[in-house]
Amino acid sequence: MEHRRVVITGLGVVAPNAIGVEDFTLALREGRSGIRFQKELKDLGFSCCIAGIPQIPDGMAERYLNRLQLRNFNSSGILYGCIAGIDAWKDAGLTVAPDSPLDLDSGIVFGTGQSGSEKCREVIYNIDDHQVRKLGSTVVAQTMASGVSAYLGGILGAGNQVTTNSSACSTGAEAVMMGYERISSGKAQRMLVGSCSDHGPYIWGGFDAMRVMTYKHNESPVQGSRPLSATASGFVPGSGAGALLLESLESAQARGATIHAEVLGGAVNSGGQRDGGSMTAPNANAVKRCIGQAIISSGIGSADIDAINGHMTATIKDGMEIKNWTEALGRSGVDFPYINSLKGMIGHCLAASGSIECVSTVIQLKEGFLFPSVNSEDLHAEVTELISADRIPQRALPMELEIIAKASFGFGDVNAVVIFKKWSA
Amino acid sequence: MTKEEIIAKLKVIVKPYIQDEKAFEDLTEETDFVKDLKINSANLVDVILDVEDQFDIILDNDSMEELLSVKAAIAVIERKLAAKE
Repeated sequence: MEHRRVVITGLGVVAPNAIGVEDFTLALREGRSGIRFQKELKDLGFSCCIAGIPQIPDGMAERYLNRLQLRNFNSSGILYGCIAGIDAWKDAGLTVAPDSPLDLDSGIVFGTGQSGSEKCREVIYNIDDHQVRKLGSTVVAQTMASGVSAYLGGILGAGNQVTTNSSACSTGAEAVMMGYERISSGKAQRMLVGSCSDHGPYIWGGFDAMRVMTYKHNESPVQGSRPLSATASGFVPGSGAGALLLESLESAQARGATIHAEVLGGAVNSGGQRDGGSMTAPNANAVKRCIGQAIISSGIGSADIDAINGHMTATIKDGMEIKNWTEALGRSGVDFPYINSLKGMIGHCLAASGSIECVSTVIQLKEGFLFPSVNSEDLHAEVTELISADRIPQRALPMELEIIAKASFGFGDVNAVVIFKKWSA
Repeated sequence: MTKEEIIAKLKVIVKPYIQDEKAFEDLTEETDFVKDLKINSANLVDVILDVEDQFDIILDNDSMEELLSVKAAIAVIERKLAAKE
């Protein structure tokens, strides 16, 4: 069967520490934090009162959604997804016009965990007040899981597959693999892939109740998200969206598009909540199998991986993730690839995390640097027992990197690994 | 409320939803919301909710089905306003 190469020609990002690829690149170099104290969480009695919320300036939404789309609009994840998705589309040199012809070769896989949580709250209050007839016409579009891909599909005029995937915190990386497979198998020329997550108490409350979010940094938000650290005390919730325009190499070259990087391959699987896996804990064998399959499908060896952009949430599972990587790659100590976690800067953006982190991976390859894994200055012993401390950048390191692996793991014992390669014409 | 006053209020209500500016400028009693103004049929429920708020009336499901043109809207609104008095 024909197997086509897949490259990245567009990027878009809405992150708690920056909006847009240019400022996000700067933020990555600076190790800029997007974690802030959230009075709303404090007032509601949350244990964790810090979070990462993108700072959307006044007037920005109006540049992406029209007046009608913004009427009674209350779905932050869809807004973040539309901004990131439209930016990635334009970054690829493609045009956005309401009367553009239907593009049969372009599709969308844009994931989320849950759509329009604030809108759902309005709906529940209205219905319980016997006011179902007052809901208006956009409740379904804002609260259906596929809302974000439906909004983007109409704005861009995409005529190939348009769908939303959902696999908890592996959603974003999984979306990349779904788009990659559709292009590599010849079913589409271009796939806009990514994911988004709402901000707010109705998305984060369940995690607060599980006591997996840190409650120790309400007075020190910037230091709160501590992946790989001995003093990690739970994750900090985040929100936003990341988007990548994947394209067949032949289409990108025919259009003369700028190529940011290549997707060499990857893998998705599940641990089936067996062999130590559960709803919330990973089956280590499945994680290692996913990493191994990603390497094989990319046609590389484990020695070829220069760096890992980890899942690394700042819970008790970070040490286990390092152990899985060392065993899957057969590399440890000074021989281990560089590894960093974006979550130290922006927290855990849940369904959006994988796509935002994939965008950061592509930027590292293209711009030639490793971003600092912030708040890991006091590395956990479980980490330093297995890998050399200098494998974890404490400040931005200028460096030509060829291959970076990005992994995301999610509730339900699901895994996704994507292998990115620097593009050299 | 005169017919002209009702039309003036209706124009403000439908403006966010129209997709044909020319037809909107030339709006008369004969104007059809969907055929002429090109309002997305899904948005008709939003128009109806705004009509209810602006005129302080309640439109039952049967009245809602009638409300497809300026003329029909005026008739329904006048009837509901009269019933209030």
